[in-house]
Amino acid sequence: MTEPVLEVKKLCKSFGALVANKDVSFDLREGEIHALIGPNGAGKSTLIKQIAGGMTPDSGQVFFLGQDVTNVRTAQRARMGLARTFQVSALAMEYTVLQNVVLGALGARGDVFRFLKPALKDKELLGIAYEALERVGLEDSAAKITAEISHGQRRELEVAVALTLRPKAFLMDEPMAGLGTSSSKGLTRFLDNLRAQAPILLVEHDMDAVFSLADRISVLVYGELIITGTADEIRADREVRHAYLGEEEET
Amino acid sequence: MLFLMAAGLTLIFGVMGLINLAHGSFYMIGGFAAATVANATGSFILALLASIVAAAAVGALVEWIVIRRLYKRDHLDQVLATFALILIFSEGTRWLFGSFPLYLDVPKMLSGPITLPGGIEYPVYRLAIIVAGFTVAIGLFYMISRTRIGVRIRAGENDREIIAALGVDISKLYTLVFALGAALAGVAGALVGAIQSVQVGMGEPVLILAFVVIVIGGIGSIKGAFIGAILVGMTDTLGRFLLPEFFSAFMDQSTATTIGSSLASMSIYILMAAVLLIKPTGLFGDTSAT
Amino acid sequence: MQREKVINALITLLLVVMPLWAWWADEPFILTLLTKVAIFALAGVGLNIALGLGGLVSFGHAVFFGVGGYAMGILASHAQSYSPIMEIPFLIEGTKSMPVIWLVAIISSALAALLVGALSLRTSGVYFIMITLAFGQMFFYFTISWPAYGGEDGLLIYTRNHFPGMNTLDPIQFLIICYAILGVVLYFSARLAKSAFGLALNGARQNTERVLTVGIDTFRLRLVAFIISGAITGLAGALFADLNRFVSPSMFTWQTSGEIMVFIILGGVARLYGPVAGAALFVFLEYVLGDLSDYWHIYLGLLLLLVVLFARGGLIGLLAGREVAHD
Repeated sequence: MTEPVLEVKKLCKSFGALVANKDVSFDLREGEIHALIGPNGAGKSTLIKQIAGGMTPDSGQVFFLGQDVTNVRTAQRARMGLARTFQVSALAMEYTVLQNVVLGALGARGDVFRFLKPALKDKELLGIAYEALERVGLEDSAAKITAEISHGQRRELEVAVALTLRPKAFLMDEPMAGLGTSSSKGLTRFLDNLRAQAPILLVEHDMDAVFSLADRISVLVYGELIITGTADEIRADREVRHAYLGEEEET
Repeated sequence: MLFLMAAGLTLIFGVMGLINLAHGSFYMIGGFAAATVANATGSFILALLASIVAAAAVGALVEWIVIRRLYKRDHLDQVLATFALILIFSEGTRWLFGSFPLYLDVPKMLSGPITLPGGIEYPVYRLAIIVAGFTVAIGLFYMISRTRIGVRIRAGENDREIIAALGVDISKLYTLVFALGAALAGVAGALVGAIQSVQVGMGEPVLILAFVVIVIGGIGSIKGAFIGAILVGMTDTLGRFLLPEFFSAFMDQSTATTIGSSLASMSIYILMAAVLLIKPTGLFGDTSAT
Repeated sequence: MQREKVINALITLLLVVMPLWAWWADEPFILTLLTKVAIFALAGVGLNIALGLGGLVSFGHAVFFGVGGYAMGILASHAQSYSPIMEIPFLIEGTKSMPVIWLVAIISSALAALLVGALSLRTSGVYFIMITLAFGQMFFYFTISWPAYGGEDGLLIYTRNHFPGMNTLDPIQFLIICYAILGVVLYFSARLAKSAFGLALNGARQNTERVLTVGIDTFRLRLVAFIISGAITGLAGALFADLNRFVSPSMFTWQTSGEIMVFIILGGVARLYGPVAGAALFVFLEYVLGDLSDYWHIYLGLLLLLVVLFARGGLIGLLAGREVAHD
């Protein structure tokens, strides 16, 4: 078996008395969608932050492309090819759609310290940017201000920005959040094809999407990873039904 | 003393998320109110009361007219609007009272030195100020941790909507907190006015010192403000005394005094820089909330 | 967007016509006022890179203004007393040459910005404001207590410094120098705003997380912006010192920082010509209101309060509408 693209080993993080993650270990392999599910407050966001670089774990390690990146900064991890999308859209709202993707392309190219040449006349950056916009179907909205496009379009834009990084792995924090049925179906189809380009670590509450997309699913409850398995295995697992799926039915 | 300023500021900042540059103006207003009343009546107690009332009243008025429009704005707007207030207050005071400093006499009862245990002579009045500082510190601690208003203030710090939902009149609460902060600054101005003099522009250097204290202590923490104030006070005093001595050990006297006093004037800022290097959110700052 | 360009062109036109008229009418005082506008505008353009583009609310730009001023003061005072600044390890002499002074002013204020920025950019928001303010105060006290260069009294420079081929004592010629510098810097700042650097910097102001996750180190980004910003303000400080032929610790006060910020706010944040319009308005108010009343700061304060509360976008925003150029 080839080495996993992303690997998390015995990650622990607590805030005072509150244990957010305890000995979490899992990996993300080439070509797969690995979904991370769990009830609210199970420590998913904390985990994502530690993988992306916004937060340092108390103990344990994060490996990306075979390198220990536990103490590598966010920007550096992004340049290595770890692309993240956010639960709440993190976009430059005053910018146009195009400016946001060009910003991504710029980050990937890594030469920010150019002071005179207009970035929006740079053919190479524009090429990458338009290619990403076309893939998510936003090329017609390129000139619109980000604050003025719809919520669904902003989710797509977020993915487009991630694409400009030519990523080796995607980290997606609830990409379906707040989407209507038809747009989330569209996004599901899109992610289905995306895994061929780079594996996706998907945190998602939309169970239909998770069970139709994921090659493997990990369940996080009270900060601990209780099981990792295929969709069928997870469905069959009693502990999961008790801790998580059961709760869903009750509410 | 500095603690009174910093406590007022940090209270306003912590509870209302507002950066208030005009805090120095309340300090000045307190000083002027006290000086005016003291000159008219000769009573120091009345003067102190006047400083509290004047500063609190102006504070409440300012909150009502200007500040409440700023809570939802970004820090830049808050800084600018309160900067504008400084201009207005400073020039207004200059217009009313003129540019000449006013003097406020230390009350007879508290004048003269006292011999501390160990034989050090120390002015009674300064001791009284220290006692006042401690009293306010304890009072604030008590108020915030024990009383109903304190509970509301702390709730307001965490979540405005929640306490609004609890039926607390949030805008009244804010006016109250703002006025309280202003009153603290006003008393501080009156107390210090008796040692130095009362004049236009007296507030801002103290304001910036208070910022240093808050940065060192951590925003929104009364405890931090207290400890920061002590640290800053000690560094300043010791720096002024020790640094020239230190340099005179290996330089001639006049150069040593020069370099020493120049460095001493910078010492508290260097202290601040050092704290920032170690812990960017201040000693008692909330690390998660930046 | 189009309207903003028209307004910018009008401002430029006004700034060109006014001195021509004043020169023709032989009104050196007006020329001096206009020079002051240009210099203040320059300082504002500097701050606007940090504040408007980078969202860094620096309340300590007086530091760089002052460092630039003192760079001029120190060099020129040594030149006029014919004493070298230092002899060990190598000889440095004072100078009265403007280009050299400008270079020194730029470099020294950039270094000051590196120092202040490296410390204060570790924080953000309110902390950043307070810390930059405190550092300003630190420099202020330092210049007061450092007697070698005048201490509290400042430094008086007897004649204006020289620029090759020009008579700098002639108000119109000095004005042309200041205008030329302002023009160059405005052009630079317009290019900067559209460059890769500007795109990333402005993006980081809107959403730090976004810029970080595309692999750009926002700390370095902001530090570089802060240094550029400080260097430009420092250059303005050197020119201001030359205009007055005097430098004093008052250049370092927090009021100066506030005033530089006021130029931007009155004119319009993040607008290319914002600082120019704001500086012009400020100098105009100072002249007109200062004539009417000794307490003109009250009116300035009221105006500022009104602009902040009701007219975001300042003068240019008021005239051109809220829209910001996006080309």
